Amino acid sequence: MIFVSVCLGALAEPAALRMATTTSVENSGLLAHLLPHFKRASGLEVKVIAVGTGRALKLGEDGEVDLLLVHSPEAEKEFLAQGFGTSRQEIMYNDFVLLGPAADPAKLRSTRTLPEVMARLAMGGSPFISRGDNSGTHHREKGLWAAARIEPKGDWYLEVGQGMGPALFMASEKQGYVLADRGTFLSLRARLELEIIFEGGPALLNVYSVILVNPVRHPGIRNEDAQKFMDWILSGEGQKRIGEFTVEGQQLFHPQSLK
Amino acid sequence: MSTWAGVTNEAFQLLVNGDTDTYRAMVVTLQVSGAATAAAALLGVPLGLVIGVSRFRGRSAVQIVLNTSLSVPTVVIGLLVYLALARRGPLGSLGLLFTPTAMVVGEVLLALPILVAFTVSAVSAVPREVRETAESLGAGWWQASLAVLDEARFGVLAAVVAAFGRVISEVGAALMLGGNIRGVTRTMTTAIATETSQGKFGLALALGLVLMLMAFGANLLFHYCVDAEARERPQRRL
Repeated sequence: MIFVSVCLGALAEPAALRMATTTSVENSGLLAHLLPHFKRASGLEVKVIAVGTGRALKLGEDGEVDLLLVHSPEAEKEFLAQGFGTSRQEIMYNDFVLLGPAADPAKLRSTRTLPEVMARLAMGGSPFISRGDNSGTHHREKGLWAAARIEPKGDWYLEVGQGMGPALFMASEKQGYVLADRGTFLSLRARLELEIIFEGGPALLNVYSVILVNPVRHPGIRNEDAQKFMDWILSGEGQKRIGEFTVEGQQLFHPQSLK
Repeated sequence: MSTWAGVTNEAFQLLVNGDTDTYRAMVVTLQVSGAATAAAALLGVPLGLVIGVSRFRGRSAVQIVLNTSLSVPTVVIGLLVYLALARRGPLGSLGLLFTPTAMVVGEVLLALPILVAFTVSAVSAVPREVRETAESLGAGWWQASLAVLDEARFGVLAAVVAAFGRVISEVGAALMLGGNIRGVTRTMTTAIATETSQGKFGLALALGLVLMLMAFGANLLFHYCVDAEARERPQRRL
């Protein structure tokens, strides 16, 4: 009798929620700021797995995590359409920036629109570093090429299959161009010989969402607790905590409620 | 869904159907490792021969340094070459970082200690009579040394195979110096590392299988060399 109840007690003890998120979110330190506040409000621990958005969605599909915090709207909608997730809420945003050498050899500063920017890059005078890793940033970069009706190909187009940090350092070393999320760029800026060459506009908006993994497909998915996180992050407190987070005086994420 | 059967099936599909990325990574690997092993052999075999046949003060110290450098981690070599080739480094103006050439430089440094150390021991194992016979027939120092090298040829070949095995299977220096650029500096090992981190296990497993086959082939060759040497040596002693 006692043995059984001890066993049940062990089972009932709240294990941590498992969240897959992108390296850009994790590296910024945002979650280290948010999660203690969430724990105080809910009593729940969250274990974070930081990978690219593509990999994060795969972890959700395979039922390895309870919820996702990712930034690739098209891929996310596909994920929901296939029934891998039960709900998706946009929680915050920042933006992507196009970076390049200060000398701007491809003369992108004189362009007005993104399709013009992409067309000049595709002339191939300077290297362009593509993440090439199926991440949210990579998805957005592919979207920019598609919007300009260009298929990037040639010895100027370098697909490195690595995270944002390595891609930025490679762009700096090769004095080429690269698309980056503003947060990662700001946190590494001092060690890079790169500047913002093009920024602004809806096409460079970077929206982060929370997605709940479908509990029907996999046993053991903690949908109710994941829902608690979603409710909290969308609440007045959660949104305030996102907005107050800064790195070296710079706000990296804007709460969705202010959009 | 990443099941075992699914991944294995995908891996074989990629190999059988001649997937471009899979084969490109194999070609880059063979080119870079081949060039690095050849360059390291051209430098290392003569150096090993000279150290092996010479008797000088500090010879044992040289051998200790050599044997230590056999176990230098590949990421340390990668880091040192990175610092040398980076834009702000001493050789930055050459613009070599993240090119196949940078990978060859790193892998030469990895292969060189193996080639020198193995050549030294192969040459040292050759009986004194070989040199004495050559010299009695009027050979100079170099000619006599070449006779010794000829005697040690299977040991030297084993050194080349071992060096090739080291550079083809390492990932640290290749990733740091080449940057894993698709079709240019993406090798089998860096492809396996990055594909796995993105959950694309099929390609990773396909390349892993090929790499294991190559390692198996290299080992067969290595053992052939060692056996051949063992078979020859007693006959010559008679």
